[in-house]
Amino acid sequence: MEALKLPAIDYGALSPMLILFGFACLGVLVEALTPRRSRHAVQLGLSFVAIIASFVAVIVEHNTQKITIGGAVAVDGPTLFLQGAILALGAVSLMLIGERSMEKGGAFVSQAAVTVGSQKDLRQAGEQPGATEVYPLTLFALGGMLLFVSANDLLTMFVALEVFSLPLYLLCALARRRRLLSQEAALKYFLLGSYASAFFLFGVALIYGFSGGISLGAVHDAVANPQRSEVLLYAGLAMVAIGLLFKAALAPFHVWTPDVYQGAPTPITALMAACTKVAAFGALLRVLYVSFEGVRWDFQPVLGVIAVLTMLVGAVLAVTQTDMKRLLAYSSVANAGYLLVGVLALNEQGLSSTMFYLVAYGFSVLAAFGIITLVRDADGEATHLSRWAGLGRKSPLFAGTFTFILLAFAGIPLTSGFTAKFAVFGAAVEGGQTWLVIFGVISSMLLAFPYLRVVVLLWLSEPGETTPTVSIPGFLTSAALTIGVIATFALGVVPAPLIDLTRDAAQFVR
Amino acid sequence: MSGFPFLSVLTVLPLVGALVVGLIPRQKAELAKTVALAWSLVVLVLSIFMWVAFKIDGDRFQFHESYQWIPSWDARFTFAADGIALVMLMLIAVLTPVVILASWHDVDGDGKRSAPVYFALLLAFEFTMIGVFAAADIFLFYVFFEVMLIPMYFIIGSFGGARRQYAAVKFFLYSLVGGLFMLASVIGLWVVGGHTFDFTRVLQSVGEIDQNTSRWLFLGFFVAFAIKAPFFPFHTWLPDAGGAAPAGAAALLVGVMDKVGTFGILRYCLPLFPEASRWFAPAALVLAVIGIIYAALLAVGQNDLKRLVSYTSIAHFGFIGVGIFAFTTQAGTGSVLYMVNHGLATGLLFIVVGMFVARRGSSLVSDFGGAGKLLPVLAGVLFFAGLASLALPGTAPFISEFLVLIGTFTVHKAYAVIATVGIILAAAYVLWMVQRTTQGTLNPALEEVPAMRKDITLREKVVVAPLILLLLFLGFYPKPVTDVINPAVQATMQDVGKTDPGPTAVTANGGVAR
Repeated sequence: MEALKLPAIDYGALSPMLILFGFACLGVLVEALTPRRSRHAVQLGLSFVAIIASFVAVIVEHNTQKITIGGAVAVDGPTLFLQGAILALGAVSLMLIGERSMEKGGAFVSQAAVTVGSQKDLRQAGEQPGATEVYPLTLFALGGMLLFVSANDLLTMFVALEVFSLPLYLLCALARRRRLLSQEAALKYFLLGSYASAFFLFGVALIYGFSGGISLGAVHDAVANPQRSEVLLYAGLAMVAIGLLFKAALAPFHVWTPDVYQGAPTPITALMAACTKVAAFGALLRVLYVSFEGVRWDFQPVLGVIAVLTMLVGAVLAVTQTDMKRLLAYSSVANAGYLLVGVLALNEQGLSSTMFYLVAYGFSVLAAFGIITLVRDADGEATHLSRWAGLGRKSPLFAGTFTFILLAFAGIPLTSGFTAKFAVFGAAVEGGQTWLVIFGVISSMLLAFPYLRVVVLLWLSEPGETTPTVSIPGFLTSAALTIGVIATFALGVVPAPLIDLTRDAAQFVR
Repeated sequence: MSGFPFLSVLTVLPLVGALVVGLIPRQKAELAKTVALAWSLVVLVLSIFMWVAFKIDGDRFQFHESYQWIPSWDARFTFAADGIALVMLMLIAVLTPVVILASWHDVDGDGKRSAPVYFALLLAFEFTMIGVFAAADIFLFYVFFEVMLIPMYFIIGSFGGARRQYAAVKFFLYSLVGGLFMLASVIGLWVVGGHTFDFTRVLQSVGEIDQNTSRWLFLGFFVAFAIKAPFFPFHTWLPDAGGAAPAGAAALLVGVMDKVGTFGILRYCLPLFPEASRWFAPAALVLAVIGIIYAALLAVGQNDLKRLVSYTSIAHFGFIGVGIFAFTTQAGTGSVLYMVNHGLATGLLFIVVGMFVARRGSSLVSDFGGAGKLLPVLAGVLFFAGLASLALPGTAPFISEFLVLIGTFTVHKAYAVIATVGIILAAAYVLWMVQRTTQGTLNPALEEVPAMRKDITLREKVVVAPLILLLLFLGFYPKPVTDVINPAVQATMQDVGKTDPGPTAVTANGGVAR
C-alpha cells in the first residue's frame, strides 16, 4: 500500500481564511478566559484585527491564480475580489454589531435560551450586557463565506455553506428586543436552510454520479463530454441551484427573507443582506460559469424565469409592506433578481458587473440598516412605517441620509444604485438577455413606489405624537453610516476604479 | 473668449451656488435670497457672454469640452451646444433670476419652511437643467435627466400648495417611469451603437442598427420625452404638479423643464433613429393634434388658475410636437422658437397668476371677479401675458405658432387645419379666464382681503418687465434667435433625411434657409 500523499498546500493563498478562522478560535478562548467586563472591548478589537489582517492578506495575494489544497480551493480574481468585498462589508457590519452606546448592552441578549416572558428574561432584556459570543460567531460566518466563494469542489462548497450558515442561525436568535420574533426567525431560517442544504447535498451526489468527480473542473469536463445519463446532470444542477438560490433569496426560495430580516437583530440583518448575498452570488457565479457553462442554453431560460419572478415578487410585495425591515427585505429580494440578471449574462461583463453590484448594494444596505438601528423609542427600534412620519422635521440629517440611500435603491443617477444597475443591465443586453432587462426595468418602476412612499413619510408628512426620536449614534455606527453613504455616493459618481478592478478580476481558474 | 469652458462652468456654477445658499442658516433668509439672486445673475451674465461667443455660421456643435469619467463604458463629461441647446440655456439663465425674484416672499411668514433650502433647491434645479441641455454624452444626459426630478420633487412636495404630496409623488413616478424606459433604450443603444456614449460617435454608427431594434430604441426614448413634455396621453401629471407647485417653480417646471422632452426628441430621437422617427411620425402627429384640442378644451373648463395655465401648456406642447414631426425646416424652427417663447409667455403667465394667488390666498377663478378694479396694473399684466399666450400678433409666440402652422401646412394640410382650431380655443380659454378674474363686477369678497388693495410692487415690476420686453422684442424682431436656431434645425432635418418640399426657402424672418 502506498503511503498517503499529502496534497500541496499554498498557505499564502489560503491565508485570508486561515487568519479569520484562527482569530475566531482565539475569540472562543477569550470568551472563556477574559473577565466579563473587558470581554466586549477585547473581542471587538480582536475581530477588527482579524478582518483587517485578512484583508491585507487578500491584497498581498491579489495576483494569485491557482488551485490549491488538493483542488479544494481555487484562488483567482473573482475569489479575491469577493473575499475582499466580504471582508470590507463585514468590517462595516461589525461596526454595527459592536455598537453598545445606543442601548444598554447592545442589540444582543446575553442568554438566548431563557424562556421568553419569564422574570429572568425581562431582567436580561433590561440590564445585562449582551453576549460577546457574537464576535467569534461573526468571524466564523465570515470565514465560511470566504471559503464559500473560493470552493473549487462541490463538497468544500457544502462544508463552507454550513460553516457560514450555522453561526448565522444562532446570531438570528440573539435579538435583545422582541425575543419571540427573533427565535421564530432563527428557527425558520434554520429549518428552511437545512432543507436547502439537503437539496444542495443531494444535488452534489447526483452530479457526482454524472461526472464521477466533485471538483468544478471535473464537472465541466463531464458536461462537455457526457458519459452518463444527462438526467443526473439536470436533476443535480437543479438541486444544487436550489441550495444556492435559497441563500441568495431568489423567488420562490425567498419566503424566509422577510421574517428572518425582521426578526434578527438589525446588525445581523445588515450582515446577511450585505455579506451573505456576496457569498451566495459568488458561489452561484463560480458554479454556473466554471462547471455548467456547457449547458447554458438549458439553464439560462429557467433561471431567467426565476430572475423575472424574483424581481416582480420582490417589487410587488415591497409595495404592500408596513414594516421598514420587511420593506428592505423585499427590496433585497428584488435586488437579488437584478443580480441574477447580471449573472445570466454569462459573459465576462456579467461576472464583473455582478461583482460591482454586490459591493455597491452591500454598502448601501448596510447604511440603510444602520439608520434603522437609530430610530427607536422605549421599546427598542421603531420599525413600523407609520412611526417614521415626519422624521425629516425632527432629524433632517438622518432623514436626509436615509433618503439618499433610498434614492440609491431606486436607481437614481449619482448613486451607486444607478451605476450598478446600469452595469448588470448592460451586461445582460450584451449577453443577449434583453427580455430580462425589460422585466428589470418594469420591476424598478414598481419598486420606486415603496421607496418614494418612505421619502414622502419622512419629509412631507406631519410628525405624529408617536414619532420616535433618532438616537445619537455612537462612534461605531456613525463610522458605519459614513462609510456606507460615502461608498454609495462615490460609486455613483466615480465608479471607474472599482469597475476596472472588477474587470481585471473577472477571470476564473478552472 | 471662445476657448473659455463655458458649458462646464455654467453647469457647475449653480450647483456651487446651491451648496452655498443651502448652508446659510435659516434665520438669515434675506441673505440667502440675495445670494441666490446674485448667483443666478452671474449665471445670466456668463450665458450672455456665451451667446455672443456662439458663431452662427460655425460648427453645429460648439463649446465642445470632454473630460474622462468612466473609461470602461466610454462615458465622459462631454459638453457641447448646438443652436437649439443654446437658446434653451439662455432661456434658463433668464428665467431663473426672474423666478427667484418672483418667489421672494413665497416662504416668508412661515416658521416651518426654510427659505435657504427653497432657494438652494431652485439653484440646484437650474444646475440640473443646464446640465441636461449642455450634455453631449448620452450617459451624462441621462444622469441629468433623472437627477432633475429630485430638486423639483422637494420643491413641490415641501413648498407646494394643497395636495402637494400627491402631486409630487405623481410627478416623480411619471418621470421615473419614463426615465426607466429610456434607460433600457440607452443601454440598448450602447450595446448596438459601438459601446460608446459620445453623441457624435453614436450618431456615426447608428446607420448600422437594424430597423426593428432602432424602432424599439426610439420608442424607449420617445416615451420618456413624451411623458416629460408632456404629450397626450401622458400629460395627467402636469396639471397636478403645476397646480401644486409654488408659482415661481411652476414657471420653471413648465417653462423649461418640460422643454427637455421636446429638446430630447429633437436632439436624440430624430438624429439617432431617423427611420423610426419617420415611421412613428404619423402617430406622434395624431397625438400632438389631439393634445392641442383636448388640453385646450380642458383649459376652458378649469376653475383653478394654475391648473388652467398647465393645461394651456399641454396644448402648446401639442403645437411644438406637430412642428417637430412635420419634418420641415420652417416647422422645426417654429417649434424651437415656440419652446423659447412658450417659456417666456407661460413663465410670465404663471408668475402673474402667482401674484394674484399670493394676494387672494386662493387660486380658484371663482374667488376672483372684477379684480381689475382693485389691481388695475397687475390685471393689465395678466391680460398681456394671456394675449402673449394665445399668440396675438406682435407678441413672440405668434411668430412661432405661425411658423409651425405654415411649415406643417406644406406637408400635412389636415393636421395644420385642425391645429389651427387650437388657436381659436386658446383665445377662448385665455380671454374667458381674464374676463372672469379681472373684468366685470367686483366680487365683494375681494375687498375684504387687505392684500388685494395693493397693486403691483416695485419688485414685481422688475420681475415682469424683462419678460414683457423680451416677448415684445422677439415678437417684432425674432431674427437673433431664429438665426441661431435655423442651422441646428436644418442639420437635424438632414439627419432625419427629410428635405423641404417644393419651392420653400421661405422663412418668415429672412433667415438662412438655403
